[in-house]
Amino acid sequence: MNIQHPKKALNQTTVVRHPIPHDSGTKHVSGLAKYIDDLPEPHGTLHVVPGLSPIAFGKIISISLEKVLSYPGVVAVLSAKDIQGSNDTSPTGAGDDPVFAEKKITFHGQALFAVVAETRLAARHAARLADIKCEESDGLLVSAQDAIAANSEVLEDYQFLRGEPQAAIEASVHRLESTIEIGGQEHFYLEGQVAMAIPGEDGDMRVLSSTQHPTEVQHVVSHVLGVPQHSVTVETRRMGGGFGGKESQASQWGALAALASQVTGKACKVRLDRDDDMMMTGKRHDYSVSFSAGYDERGRLTSVDTSFASRCGHSADLSLGVNDRTMFHADNAYYYPEVCIHSRRMRTHTVSNTAFRGFGGPQGLLFAERMMDEISIQTGIDPLDVRKANFYEHSERNVTPFGMVVEDNIILDLVEQLETSSEYRARKTDIDGYNQESRFLKKGIALTPVKFGISFTLNHLNQAGALVHVYTDGSVYLNHAGTEMGQGLYIKVAQVVAEEFGIDLDSVKISATTTDKVPNTGPTAASAGSDLNGMAVKVAVDQIKNRMRDFVAKRNNTLPADVKFAENRVSAGDYSIGFSELANEMHLERISLSASGFYRTPKVEWNRDKAEGRPFFYFAYGAACSEVLVDTLTGEMKVTAIDILHDVGKSINPAVDIGQIEGGFVQGMGWLTTEELVWDDCGRLRTHAPSTYKIPCASDIPEHFKTNLYESDGNREDTIYRSKAVGEPPLMLAVSVFSAIYHAIASINPGRAPILNAPATPEAILKAVQSIKGNH
Amino acid sequence: MHNLLRFRLNDELIELATLDPTATLLDFIREQKQLKGTKEGCNEGDCGACTVALGTHERGELVYRPVNACIQLLGMVHGAHVVTVDSLSNGAGATHPVQDAMVKHHGSQCGFCTPGIVMSLYCLSLDRKDPPTRETVNTWLAGNLCRCTGYRPIVDAAMESCFPNNSPEKDVQKVDGFDCSGSLFIGDENSFFAAPATLEEALQLYAKHPDATPVAGATDVGLWVTKRLDKLTKILHLGRIKAFDTILQTNGMIRLGAGATYETAFSVMSEIDSDIASVISRIGSRQVRASGTIGGNIANGSPIGDTPPILIALGATLELQKAGASRTIPLEEFFIEYGKQDRQSGELVTAINVPTLKTNERFRSMKISKRFDQDISAVMAAFKFTVSDDEISEARIVYGGMAGTPQRAKCTEKELIGATLKDESSWETAIAALDTDFSPMTDMRASSNYRGLTAQNTLRKALVELSGVDTLVTRVTAHRTSDLGQTE
Repeated sequence: MNIQHPKKALNQTTVVRHPIPHDSGTKHVSGLAKYIDDLPEPHGTLHVVPGLSPIAFGKIISISLEKVLSYPGVVAVLSAKDIQGSNDTSPTGAGDDPVFAEKKITFHGQALFAVVAETRLAARHAARLADIKCEESDGLLVSAQDAIAANSEVLEDYQFLRGEPQAAIEASVHRLESTIEIGGQEHFYLEGQVAMAIPGEDGDMRVLSSTQHPTEVQHVVSHVLGVPQHSVTVETRRMGGGFGGKESQASQWGALAALASQVTGKACKVRLDRDDDMMMTGKRHDYSVSFSAGYDERGRLTSVDTSFASRCGHSADLSLGVNDRTMFHADNAYYYPEVCIHSRRMRTHTVSNTAFRGFGGPQGLLFAERMMDEISIQTGIDPLDVRKANFYEHSERNVTPFGMVVEDNIILDLVEQLETSSEYRARKTDIDGYNQESRFLKKGIALTPVKFGISFTLNHLNQAGALVHVYTDGSVYLNHAGTEMGQGLYIKVAQVVAEEFGIDLDSVKISATTTDKVPNTGPTAASAGSDLNGMAVKVAVDQIKNRMRDFVAKRNNTLPADVKFAENRVSAGDYSIGFSELANEMHLERISLSASGFYRTPKVEWNRDKAEGRPFFYFAYGAACSEVLVDTLTGEMKVTAIDILHDVGKSINPAVDIGQIEGGFVQGMGWLTTEELVWDDCGRLRTHAPSTYKIPCASDIPEHFKTNLYESDGNREDTIYRSKAVGEPPLMLAVSVFSAIYHAIASINPGRAPILNAPATPEAILKAVQSIKGNH
Repeated sequence: MHNLLRFRLNDELIELATLDPTATLLDFIREQKQLKGTKEGCNEGDCGACTVALGTHERGELVYRPVNACIQLLGMVHGAHVVTVDSLSNGAGATHPVQDAMVKHHGSQCGFCTPGIVMSLYCLSLDRKDPPTRETVNTWLAGNLCRCTGYRPIVDAAMESCFPNNSPEKDVQKVDGFDCSGSLFIGDENSFFAAPATLEEALQLYAKHPDATPVAGATDVGLWVTKRLDKLTKILHLGRIKAFDTILQTNGMIRLGAGATYETAFSVMSEIDSDIASVISRIGSRQVRASGTIGGNIANGSPIGDTPPILIALGATLELQKAGASRTIPLEEFFIEYGKQDRQSGELVTAINVPTLKTNERFRSMKISKRFDQDISAVMAAFKFTVSDDEISEARIVYGGMAGTPQRAKCTEKELIGATLKDESSWETAIAALDTDFSPMTDMRASSNYRGLTAQNTLRKALVELSGVDTLVTRVTAHRTSDLGQTE
């Protein structure tokens, strides 16, 4: 089924919808794109390196800094007592994320002090010379399981409930009870956390920060320094990757640089060493999930009862939203007639887990897909047929566990298109034959769907602003609330401006995101960057265009509505004037050529206390079919083919969108296969460098890696050019890889469900193989 | 004797009379020269964001290889030509076809890994006579991590652009050879960077300064500097010793000079058995294999080095020398216990003698790691079987990652004698004996259980293969069609 578009077909476009390269592409390949550590340093810039806690949980007895201070090049050592404002970098103001731990230590690697020195190397050496005496406390909690045993929670439980799920399960023909452990994930942005603070007059502070949320860095710097927000300007030109890891977690380093600047009066830079970065900053939450379900003969669910417990770490950070989003996606694309989704948020003595592409959604979705796979194994029905039997429908069976009606459902059509184009059925038959013959190697294939809700569930974040100037030569300056982390937001928004004004893309100047041009913004997150900023910019552009229309209409005695913008000209009937000429003439007539725009997402409304409303403006959809080959003697695995069909509405930039889809997929594949975070019994992260933490590399990608965009009339909601958000949803397409591995293993002993936890490392795979070998 | 470090950085001749012995090439490029195109991603040689092309004189021409500038000690580039991404830019944009292809194929998103990727592909393009296969590109990119793109567009760009006919004339860097032969010594008796030109000189210096740190490729020592922040005041660089990397082939024996890099030793070692080619092509990355040496992989005593199990299985011996004395020992005796090797004060590993296979000998090796490329092994297995009439008369069964040193499984070896390849049941006692030979540890790479089981299963797999079963049936890794050619 195709969406019936509520509005007339869109006109031809000249800039929007074209696969235009990233605006910084040429600069990237020639080394000319400047990241914060590449920028010229003001004379006398000092370098700041934090000193780390040697234990995970305990009390600080004393920190002796003599050797640190006497190290050549050291200018100052900062600790909590140097903070004039408040010692907190929490994104919610919870007061539980200190810049420096003061008395209590709550995770290994927590910042206790910081060295300010003339060179970064001197600061790094000196920071290791502190004589730290601390006392370990009893009751160290490392894993979520530890915290469950100790009943240690960082936030209150939350639940969605419909009907009487347990009774419905009891009454079902078939029942299922199982668990899955889901690992976390390190962001591994290639550019580590970095910030440079430059002091100004009157206590002003300018902070260059690699952050997805300049406004939050501004707020945190303001209250750490004890100065008003108007004294702090935060600027972000580009990040070398973010993925959620620079949403709340950039603030501490911005604050640290600013604090050092406030104390020394010099420009100060913080750039974390990779190992420190991996120990000191939060990751994707890991989860323990236990669930039971009832279903009928055809594998259709009658009831689902599931309980999630996540490791939040030592503080709340963004865990409320993350865990809520897990619950919002525990249904994925499936209708649960009666349902309980329960969520626990466990406090441990580990680094505080945070946003990561998908924001908890992937873990919820992975649970749903595991449930489908287990139903398939119990019933012998093809897993794709089990999935299809449970898809949301249109007029009934269309209400989510949180009460929102799924209005824009395209999942069945999308999945069936991919089922055909990937030749799923024929390949499945071939694979079954191969597996019967093959003693050591087993193949698996899986086609899994994604439905992902778009909008921040914290409603006030669903807003953005923009600032657009037209200069008298017709060149246009563009600024907006969104940040560029590689996802192509800047180019997409610039395309909107060029399209709207009918001018060349080259005429639009892309500029760094900064809090003094567009204030009070939300983070660039939740996949909402182009939805929000594209619209805010359009609002600003429309104001200027309306003034232009009025000007031209008045001059030519035509209607403003008849004025057209195209090919660098503004025209009405027979009259036509160059865009630059018009700008200059309007300036001479004293008409403003500048406007700010503001946009808030319509329709969304979520009452968390009552668990009702509409948290999402719309849903993005996709599906992937993956094939794998598994070695049952060693657990080694190779992904051998990937086919993707993904819904981006009407794409603003298909090249950028395909880049997001493929990159998201591979990142999700890493999460579910090679990327394993290991903590030891003392609460120390042992995988704190790329030597031990393995993200996918080039050879992990199969030659057969096909990505197509789902053709439609576009988003049925009124989004910018009818496009859809694309940042996060594709990550979850990689669940198809995990599911394919599961079925490859299951082929060893049909009818038995393997115990396979994520990530499916060789060890996890071999363990799963062992779990179903032999008899019960 | 030179007291001046000389090398070319892009178009500039660099001459340094003083040098912090542990200064890195990356810090010099970024901090001293303020060339910011080259990035620091991990500072430990794993991510490749700092990749530069290192041109060295070989047989009268300059050969360029990608290296990780972050763990390359500055003194090591004496006499070389260092090419950074900055030289592939005219200040406004890109000048090389690889760069154009990267833009055209949307091969960059955040762009932070991109300069390193461009430099790896630049080296690949100089190495090619014809367009590369996808597998070749994957091999060349194993040391360049990208977190944004998923690699597909990068590989497409490389396949389209990485061959010399496609490169402008300017690419074939013609750097006049400047006289850098002879020894280098910068510093004084208390702190120095020394790169002697002869072994004799190196041994004399080491005898005088037994506290000096010998460095070959610095793929391990580099991390002592950048991560442990060791203050190494005396660096004895072995990379300039004449003939230290010479490989000699005589009847039934290969003599590897200790300074032979993985890349240099690749083809001769591959001739022994294709399994060795598979393992070596997965050690580190292109960048690491261009710098790291077989001698260093042994001398550092790591229990998880990939070459020692192979060499021990083959029955290799180790030559060690100090001023005025030399000796040869079986390689396995070099590894005493974790962190302790049979290397005396002032002694250097100078060569490895590797017997090739006799007609009745069969070899197998398998590297098991979380990720296929550029990962440290959880278990590294190497086996040599002497077989007559389908019966095993002798076996050398060696594992890395199973104990504090690379170690032979003596009980298993004994139990294998008399086993028949055609009869699986005759292997079982031997396979089970691995539990007697090893009590492996649990760490971030694998648990004790996994190591134990995988050790058994790799041996089982090797025996199945020897009985005539194709590796396409027994190994997933055989389906990773990797183009192993290192120097086509």
